[in-house]
Amino acid sequence: MGPSLLTSLIRRLWMSLLVLIGVSMLIFCIARVIPGDPARIALGPNATQEQVDLLRERLHLNDPLPVQYAEFVKESLQGDLGMSLYTNRPVVTDIGDFLPATLELVLFAGILMVAIGVPLGVLAARYRDGWVDNLVRLLSLAGVVTPTFVWAVFLMLGFAFFLEWFPVAGRLSEGVPPPPGITGLYTLDALLTGRFATFADAVTHIVLPATALAMTGIGQTARLTRASVAQAYDTPYVHMAEAYGYPEGRIASRYALRPAMIPTLTILGLDFAAMLGNAFLVEAVFAWPGLARYGVQAILHKDLNAIVGTVLVISAFFLIVNILVDLTVAWLNPRIRLENRRAAG
Amino acid sequence: MIAAVFNSRGWYKFRRNPLSMVGLFLVALVVLMAVLAPLVAPYPQHAGAFVDFVNASQPPSWSNPFGTDLVGRDVLSRVIFGYQISLMLGVVVLGIAVPIGVGLGLAAGYFGGVVDYVIMRVVDVFLSIPPLVLAMAIMGFLEPTLTNGMMAVAAMWWPWYARLAYNMARSESREGYVLAAEVIGASTPHILIREILPNCLPAVFTKITLDLGFVILIASSLSFLGLGVQPPTPDLGSMVAEGARYLPDNWWMAVFPALAILVAVLGFNLLGDGLRDVMDTDR
Repeated sequence: MGPSLLTSLIRRLWMSLLVLIGVSMLIFCIARVIPGDPARIALGPNATQEQVDLLRERLHLNDPLPVQYAEFVKESLQGDLGMSLYTNRPVVTDIGDFLPATLELVLFAGILMVAIGVPLGVLAARYRDGWVDNLVRLLSLAGVVTPTFVWAVFLMLGFAFFLEWFPVAGRLSEGVPPPPGITGLYTLDALLTGRFATFADAVTHIVLPATALAMTGIGQTARLTRASVAQAYDTPYVHMAEAYGYPEGRIASRYALRPAMIPTLTILGLDFAAMLGNAFLVEAVFAWPGLARYGVQAILHKDLNAIVGTVLVISAFFLIVNILVDLTVAWLNPRIRLENRRAAG
Repeated sequence: MIAAVFNSRGWYKFRRNPLSMVGLFLVALVVLMAVLAPLVAPYPQHAGAFVDFVNASQPPSWSNPFGTDLVGRDVLSRVIFGYQISLMLGVVVLGIAVPIGVGLGLAAGYFGGVVDYVIMRVVDVFLSIPPLVLAMAIMGFLEPTLTNGMMAVAAMWWPWYARLAYNMARSESREGYVLAAEVIGASTPHILIREILPNCLPAVFTKITLDLGFVILIASSLSFLGLGVQPPTPDLGSMVAEGARYLPDNWWMAVFPALAILVAVLGFNLLGDGLRDVMDTDR
């Protein structure tokens, strides 16, 4: 790797680390400054003073705040986010159980976003002011102004209840055993173990929630792709390709789309964050047993360790995705890539 | 500032765009309904804890255009009062978030150095937690009340204004008029508030118009999850949540409040876009 990319990568990683430390401090502070004794809240009003004191000791609540934070960081780094005060299991185990369902949902939504949004954007740019272009305008406006839970309710009403094309809730139909847990993503596990009926069932269950989650992003992706592809269509190299008489499809995919992918990828990273949050809403509507449901339960039960753990894991995921996006952008952009090759060679 | 946007030329440009006019109309409609709620709602007493089991779960009809809910309250009346809560929430949230964000952003952009680094890293931290998750986490540690809900949403909103003001302050502080003020020995508060701030305000006000819709959207998302306004307060998000539990039979209970949220967000969005277009071409 060339020096420029390496330094920018290190700088990026350092920034992300700084942000993650900041997030942990922020969440930790919010968790500790709440009115009331966390131990008392966790144990409920019927606990004896002795029990409360014991829990305070275990949670390091009697130490000064910086010591508590240091303890918290040490334990987090060892993969210990404490016990859930509600499920009585380690928070890490709980998150490990619920995270795959959410990831599967977000992943499918991401695929839908790209698979629908990007082609729509390219078509809109190719046939400017045509009906696809108007559709994209409408879609992006509708995507931005409609709350995710409203999409979820409308899609459920239309496609699950009225048309009955898709199941109403859950990850699998009743009586279908979940596939052996390799990754925790039911669709992927079913494919890996060759259970195609289970795979089909899991896919029909995920279509509606994933679509509801993706709607905001589809419009944005299409809008952005349209803008950058339209720009690319005006460049000399595309005009030259047209003059050579290359087929339309080749011009669209090889010449117009590739430079347009860079801004799209950047927005994908941002949308991923929004989707991790909005997954809470979709999971609530479709009774999807994911991290969001766990998080809401944790919040309603004032389960401090579980809330802190959930937020930390989601933020870490968001940071990782954004670093991956940055790396992909750097790799896609010939200016950065070639500069490296020159520097290395 | 806003007056400057709406000089006769600006108004002419704004008026020529039909979408902006639709936005203005929708916003006017929503605001009027919210302000005049006790007068325009068919059954004002249904806004609170009112019970009429005889008329419970009725589909839309002439006397109840949006139907009635589980305890017989008129959904239309509750939607109108829901707008009151939503708008108030939007105004209060931005009333807290905008001064904090703009103040910190201006300071970071003007002073630079350590102040810049510290403030903008804090902004990065806030922006790297998915917004809804941050608000939920804050709500998780507090009691789910209207006041706490507003604080939680404000906490996730100020960093955006800090970024906006920061970028503007950075570019403005290199302008000649700021240098001139510095040379004649104007105090730092004077430069920040009287010189730089006025130039940021048009952009800030446009963003506020756009954001009012989004604050309503996020706040309704929070209360949809049961982490915001609590019943019997008529809140659009919790009305959708309650109605969603009785799909598809009592569809009107979820669909009309959902459409109501959509109309409000759409209105502010179109209006904000229209204002931005006017300002962009005005320069």
